[in-house]
Amino acid sequence: MPSAPALEFRNVAKVFDGLRLFDDLSFGIGKGEFFVILGPSGCGKTTLLRLIAGLESVDGGDILLHGAPIHNVAPGDRGVAMVFQDYALYPHMSVADNLAFGLRNARVPADEISRRINDAARALAIEPFLDRKPGKLSGGQQQRVALARALVRRPDLLLMDEPLSSLDPALRLRTRRELAHISKTLAATTVMVTHDQVEAMTLASRIMVMHEHRIQQIGTPLEIFMRPANVFVAQFVGATPMNVLAGNLRQTARGKAGFDLDGTLIATAIKHPGLPESPSWRLGLRAEDITLTAPDAGQIRATVGFVERLGEQSWVHVVLGDGREVVATQTGVSQYSDGDAVGLSFDGARAHLFDADGMAYHADVS
Amino acid sequence: MTERRGWTHLLFVLPFLAVYLWLLVYPLLTGVSLSLHRANLFGGATFIGLENYTRLFRDATFRQALGNTVLFVALCVPVLVTVALALALALNRAGRFAAALRSIVFASSVLSVTVMTIVWRQVLTVDGGLLSHVAQGVGARPLAFLSDPHLVLPSLVLITVWWSLGLPMILFLSALQQIPRSVYEAAALDRATPWSVFRHVTLPALTPALLLVIAYECALQFQLFGQPQLLTQGGPNGASRPMVLYIYETGFNHWDVGYAAAASQILFALILVVALVPQLARRLWGRA
Repeated sequence: MPSAPALEFRNVAKVFDGLRLFDDLSFGIGKGEFFVILGPSGCGKTTLLRLIAGLESVDGGDILLHGAPIHNVAPGDRGVAMVFQDYALYPHMSVADNLAFGLRNARVPADEISRRINDAARALAIEPFLDRKPGKLSGGQQQRVALARALVRRPDLLLMDEPLSSLDPALRLRTRRELAHISKTLAATTVMVTHDQVEAMTLASRIMVMHEHRIQQIGTPLEIFMRPANVFVAQFVGATPMNVLAGNLRQTARGKAGFDLDGTLIATAIKHPGLPESPSWRLGLRAEDITLTAPDAGQIRATVGFVERLGEQSWVHVVLGDGREVVATQTGVSQYSDGDAVGLSFDGARAHLFDADGMAYHADVS
Repeated sequence: MTERRGWTHLLFVLPFLAVYLWLLVYPLLTGVSLSLHRANLFGGATFIGLENYTRLFRDATFRQALGNTVLFVALCVPVLVTVALALALALNRAGRFAAALRSIVFASSVLSVTVMTIVWRQVLTVDGGLLSHVAQGVGARPLAFLSDPHLVLPSLVLITVWWSLGLPMILFLSALQQIPRSVYEAAALDRATPWSVFRHVTLPALTPALLLVIAYECALQFQLFGQPQLLTQGGPNGASRPMVLYIYETGFNHWDVGYAAAASQILFALILVVALVPQLARRLWGRA
C-alpha cells in the first residue's frame, strides 16, 4: 500500500437489524488511488461506500480521512462527493443549477462557482446541456452530469456507486473508457463500487474483493487475477470462472507439487515443501490454460458438452470421464460440436492450488 | 378503414358520452335557460331576460351569502392545504406509528356530513358542549361558536378542515413517495439545509399535486352546504349562510326556481374561474 493513507478504515463495525454486517473491517486507500470495491450483489460493498459518505452510521471503529476521524461528521462536511447509481440529479433544476447547488450551500463565491461549472462542463462535454433539465438528457449525459456535480465540489474523496450499471452495454463501454481517461487527468482519490469485474480490472489502481461482508483480497488488478487469495476470488474474477477440480496432492521429483487428477499427474510450479497440511486439495486452472487436442494427444480424454462461441474465442465445456465439467478456451470460432471426443492438455505451470479452507497457493514469481 | 375505426372509437366512449350529455350538459343548459325565466316549482315560466341577475345583485341576502362563501373558501382552503401538507411531510415515513396516524387522519373523511356535524355539535354547542365544559373548568366564559356571528364561519372552517384533511394528505403523500431517497442523500452531501431541501427538492416535486389539491378543494368548498344546513341553518342572521344554502332556500322553500337557477349560474362561473386559475398559473410559469 502507498505510504500515508488518504482514507483509512480501522476496525469498522456495522450492525443492521441486529445482524453484524461488518466486524473489524480495516484497510487503507492511498492519495490519488482509484480504488474499486468489487463483489457480488449483497456483499456489503454499497453499505461500505455509504459509511464513507455518512449516509449510514458506523457502529464501531474509526473512519479517517487524511488522518482525521470523519465518521461523526455530517455527510456534507466530510469533503466527500458521491455519484449515485441512479445519479440522483435534482429533477427540477437545470444542469447548471444541479452543479451549483452544493457550491452555493457551501457559500462559494458566484464567480468561482461559474468558473468551476465551466471547467467541469468542458472536461465532461456537457456544455450544450447546462440549461436543460436532467429529464431531457440521455442516460449517458445524466451520468456525466452526476460526475460533474461531484467534481465541482473539489472533494478530497470521490465516491461512485455502480456509476455505469444503469447504462446499456455499448454506452457502458464508452463511458468506462471516458471515465478511465478523466480519472487519469484528475488524479482525484476515488472509491468506486461495482459488481462488474471488467470495470474493476480496467479502471482500478487497486481492487478490494468482497464476499459475504468480508474482505477477500486487496491488490492490483493483475495481482487479483494472477494470484487470487482464495477460491472465491479465483472464480469471481476472470471472463469465465476458473476451473476448480478436487484431487490428490503428490510431491514430484523436483520438489514441486503434483496434482493427481483421476490418475493423470499434472505437474505444477508450486513448491511442495511450503504447503501446509490439509485434508483435501483442489486444483485451479483458468480456461485459457487448458488446451484442446486430438482425443489421444492430450493428458486426459473428455467429451464436448456444449460450446459458447463469442466470436474472437470460444468456451468449450467438456465432460471428464467421471462427469466433472471443465471449460477450455479455444481462439476463434470453435468447430467442435456436442458429443465430440477430445483430449485435454493442462498447463500445470500456471495452475493454482486451494486447500480445504479455500486458501490459494501459487507458484513463486520468477 | 380509417373511417370505420373512427366509428369504433366513438362506440367505446358512447356510454360515458351519453351519461355526460344527459346528466350534466343537458341540465346545465336547462339551468341557464331557467335562469332567464320567472318560474316556480309548479310550472309556468315567463321569459324575463337578465332580470333575475339584476335582482340578485340588489338582493342583500344573496350578497351576504356570496360574501360568506368567498370568505369561507379563502379561510378554509389555505388552512386545509397547509395542514394537509404539514401532516404529509410529518407522516411520510416508515413505521407502525406513522401508519396508524395516517389512518386516523384519513378516518374522519369516511364519516358522512350528518355524523360529522352531530359529533361537532357536541363539541361546539354553548350549553353543555365539550369546549364550554373545558372553558368553565378553567374559569373562562364559554364561547358561542355556533351563535356568535364572528365565530360561526371560523367554526365551520375548523370542522371542514378536520373533516376534509384525508384526501389532500394522501395525494401529498403519494407525490412525496415519488421522490427517490437518493436525491435527498445527494442534497445531504451537498450541505443543503432542511429549508433548502424543502424549497428545492420537495416543493418542486409537490407542485403538480399542490395545484390539483388547491383547484379541487376550491371547487369543493365553494359548494359548502351540509355543515351550515345541519348545524346553524345559516344563522345567526345569515352569518353562516353560503350560496348553496341560499339557492336551496330560494328554490325549494320559496319555489322561486328561475331566481335560484340564476344564483346557481353565478356560483358555477365562480367555481369555473377559481378552478382554472392554478391550471393557468402552471401554463404561465411553464414549470412543474
